[in-house]
Amino acid sequence: MTALLELRNVSAGYGAFRALFGVSVEVQPGEAVAILGANGVGKTTLARVATGLLAPTSGAVLVDGADMSGTATYRFARAGVAHAPEGRSVFATLSVEDNLRLSFRQSKGRANTPAALAKAFELFPMLAARRHQIAGTLSGGQQRMLAMARVIVEEPSLLVADELSLGLAPIVVDEVYRSLRRLKENGSALLIVEQHVGHALALCDRAILLDRGTVSWSGPAREAAERVATHVFENDSSSDGDGDSGDATAATAG
Amino acid sequence: MTLATGVGADFLRALLQGTPPGTVYALVALGFVLTYKTSGVFNLAFGAQAYVSAAMYYKAHTEWGWSIIPALVLSVFVLAPAIGLTLERLVFRYLRTGTSVAKLVVTIGISLALPNIFELITNFKGVVGRTPAGIVPNGAGVFYDPFGVYPFSRDELTTIGVAVFAMLCLAALFRFSAIGLQMRAVVESPRMTELNGIRSDRVSAVSWALSSTFAGLAGVLIAPRFNTLAAPDFFNLVVVAIAAAILGRLVSLPRALAGGLGLGMVISLLGTFLPRWVQSNPWLRPFQENLTPAVPFVVLFGVLVLWPAIRRSREVSDPLSGVDPPISSLALATRSARSHLIARVVTVGALGTVAAIVYFRADASWMFLVTQAVIMATIYLSVTMITGLAGQISLCQGTFAAIGGFGVYQLATLHGMSVLVAAPIAAVIAAAVGAVLSLPVLRLGGIWTAVATLAFAFFFDAVAIKFSWVGGGNTSLMQGTRVPRPVLGPWDFADDRAFLVLAVVVFIIVSIVVVQIRGGTIGRTLRAIRGSEVAAQSIGISPARARVVAFAVSAAIAALGGALLSIHQKNVNYGSNFSPVSSLFWLVLVVSLGSRTIEGAALAGAAYSIFDPLILRGTIFGWILRSPDRVPGIFPISPKWRLILFGLGTLQFARHPEGAVEYWRSRTARSLAARQRSAPGTPEAPDAPNESDAPNGAVTS
Repeated sequence: MTALLELRNVSAGYGAFRALFGVSVEVQPGEAVAILGANGVGKTTLARVATGLLAPTSGAVLVDGADMSGTATYRFARAGVAHAPEGRSVFATLSVEDNLRLSFRQSKGRANTPAALAKAFELFPMLAARRHQIAGTLSGGQQRMLAMARVIVEEPSLLVADELSLGLAPIVVDEVYRSLRRLKENGSALLIVEQHVGHALALCDRAILLDRGTVSWSGPAREAAERVATHVFENDSSSDGDGDSGDATAATAG
Repeated sequence: MTLATGVGADFLRALLQGTPPGTVYALVALGFVLTYKTSGVFNLAFGAQAYVSAAMYYKAHTEWGWSIIPALVLSVFVLAPAIGLTLERLVFRYLRTGTSVAKLVVTIGISLALPNIFELITNFKGVVGRTPAGIVPNGAGVFYDPFGVYPFSRDELTTIGVAVFAMLCLAALFRFSAIGLQMRAVVESPRMTELNGIRSDRVSAVSWALSSTFAGLAGVLIAPRFNTLAAPDFFNLVVVAIAAAILGRLVSLPRALAGGLGLGMVISLLGTFLPRWVQSNPWLRPFQENLTPAVPFVVLFGVLVLWPAIRRSREVSDPLSGVDPPISSLALATRSARSHLIARVVTVGALGTVAAIVYFRADASWMFLVTQAVIMATIYLSVTMITGLAGQISLCQGTFAAIGGFGVYQLATLHGMSVLVAAPIAAVIAAAVGAVLSLPVLRLGGIWTAVATLAFAFFFDAVAIKFSWVGGGNTSLMQGTRVPRPVLGPWDFADDRAFLVLAVVVFIIVSIVVVQIRGGTIGRTLRAIRGSEVAAQSIGISPARARVVAFAVSAAIAALGGALLSIHQKNVNYGSNFSPVSSLFWLVLVVSLGSRTIEGAALAGAAYSIFDPLILRGTIFGWILRSPDRVPGIFPISPKWRLILFGLGTLQFARHPEGAVEYWRSRTARSLAARQRSAPGTPEAPDAPNESDAPNGAVTS
């Protein structure tokens, strides 16, 4: 069985900066993989390479067995790889409905757009009430829900989710993860970049630990919690203040 | 009773009379909004695009004798989209994640370069004293009078019809079509649009083709309103149209249309009724004479300053801009002390040699040009101050320089003061004007500062200049704006050589002032504000105060330079020296050569004054080849190339805001460093650039 997404010995960076050094990752269809690690180890860069936002400087990115290294981002999206980027991930100047319409028109075609819109509004009644509101005026949690509504209706073959819980209230984080679980049950594969280790590991089948741009460990999710604890404590001296929050989440996970 | 009906009829006539020019403003405003909505660019080059199509239409229809339809197809539906696609492919594709200010500067460069490129390629010379034909047969000769008070020409009715129709079509496009939505999405974030599976390159190509076609159509329709055909007319029209577009917050097409029409009608009403009021209130007379051209600039300035919602309307950044590599650091920071010293000695030596040659050997014309270069460099230091240091785009530096020139003229010629006293006083006046102007303007920030200063420059050009206490009024009309040369003790600056020395001394003093400010508290404050205004405020920095100081100092420098320029030419020469368009060219020059350093300003001064005679007329090649004649067939190159080269020089502003000089210098510094590093250890450096790029490069060196 060919992997849905395969990163083969990928290196990547921004201009003079290198963030990834020879990373290899595979995601099988229907599988959920968590990428864990402290701040600044290359998690977001990995997510960007996986969806074509960033071209690798060496190595290869394969989607469904086809080499896509260096091709345009929209080809990744058309191949069924969706990306929920870190931070704001909706068009702030467009209305809620236009955000969804833009995406559905492309993925579902003109004829199916109304049905897809109806489904999104049915799943998220909050959005239906605000369908004409400009998305930039939604709260952070509501914007996340909008992004989730988009991917849930689209049912991509792979969703790359980058720090979805960042800056959200616990109740919203729970809701986001319910949506992700639902996606997984419907057959989408997930690649989840997360610092909320507990949530991520509960959902995922496998976990990969990144350390300074390389894969330091990978294995089944249930073994990961323990690894994370020791791993984070081992590297505590090298990481800065953000390591503390990592400890806290790791401890709750353990 | 009869009086009332008379006034009523006049009112109606004025309204109808204002409709055709209003439609023209509306058409340009619509195009402006269209470009802004679909590509996120505040496109000051819109006028240039419109002009090119109008000129093409004129050439095909009038000069080649083509009939209307093929000429229209060629100019509007072939040439215009081709220009739009070329601009998108060669320029704006690389600017998508650039700041809106960077894009604005680039469009200024294009607005200077594009008409000249067209004129060079097609050998088109501007039309003077002949009204270009419209797009309907006998458009200017057939009239319709629906209300019995004002007859519309067929051309005017066509323009009105096209404007309304185009507005409806475009509104429908944005409301109902997928591409309309995609264009708006690409403006906000091309990368996020691609994540939705949409090809952002293609979408923005469509936007540019569309908006450029619209510009072309507007140009062809507008041309019959002038009895000339020249690029500056179209640029002025764009500034007027911005006022209309801004009433629609730059995004609403119907409001832009209404704004344009309203502007035309208000101007027409004032033109009808103001003369009657003036009979009872004579003090209104100077306003009446200049009000028609000034209304749009007053509206533009007033709206920007008094309607704060405008500037908050569109400050959304691309959330995925972090994918771009960070901007490289300045060369000055990375250069070693030794190479710095060598460079400095070489520069000073070369400058000294040039100065000695000019001082002892140059003839009168070269002396004039070199002095002009030094004075222009002084003026350009004001751009270094406001753009390089404070990071604000000011398009009214020419106006400040004009205040210096007119200040000297007023004080010295009309009040008998010595020009050496008058020049600093003029500088202080300009500083005061600058400070007052900066209070409302600098709060705006970003492109709005640029637009407000542009409005001020046009306002000064249209209104202030006509007042006798500014431009000299009737005295200057009769006798010109003559300015004397000063005498100081033993030195008589009527001698060109002595005046060159004076200019150099002033330049050096101003340079020292700028360097001191740059290194001092204000300079550091300004850099902090540029880095992050919010962060700067949170540690107790007042951005307003630092910016007011920067703007006032910049205005004073410009005025001092303007005063010197007027003294040098023994005349203010407002039209050729300080017009609003010259401010644009100055900015373009400094920005493309380097807006952050003294050297950049000095080179820009040289480029302004001696680039044309030295390079384009082939003098240098003549010296190199030791031939008394210019190389035939190549020289003289058209002076239009100066505008084209420096206009296109702004293209690198978004990627290298430090300018060409600094970019080149940082590259040589980096390659020198890489060579030094690889020299002692390994004899061959297999991947030198990679090594210097690695994050742990410091460890290997």
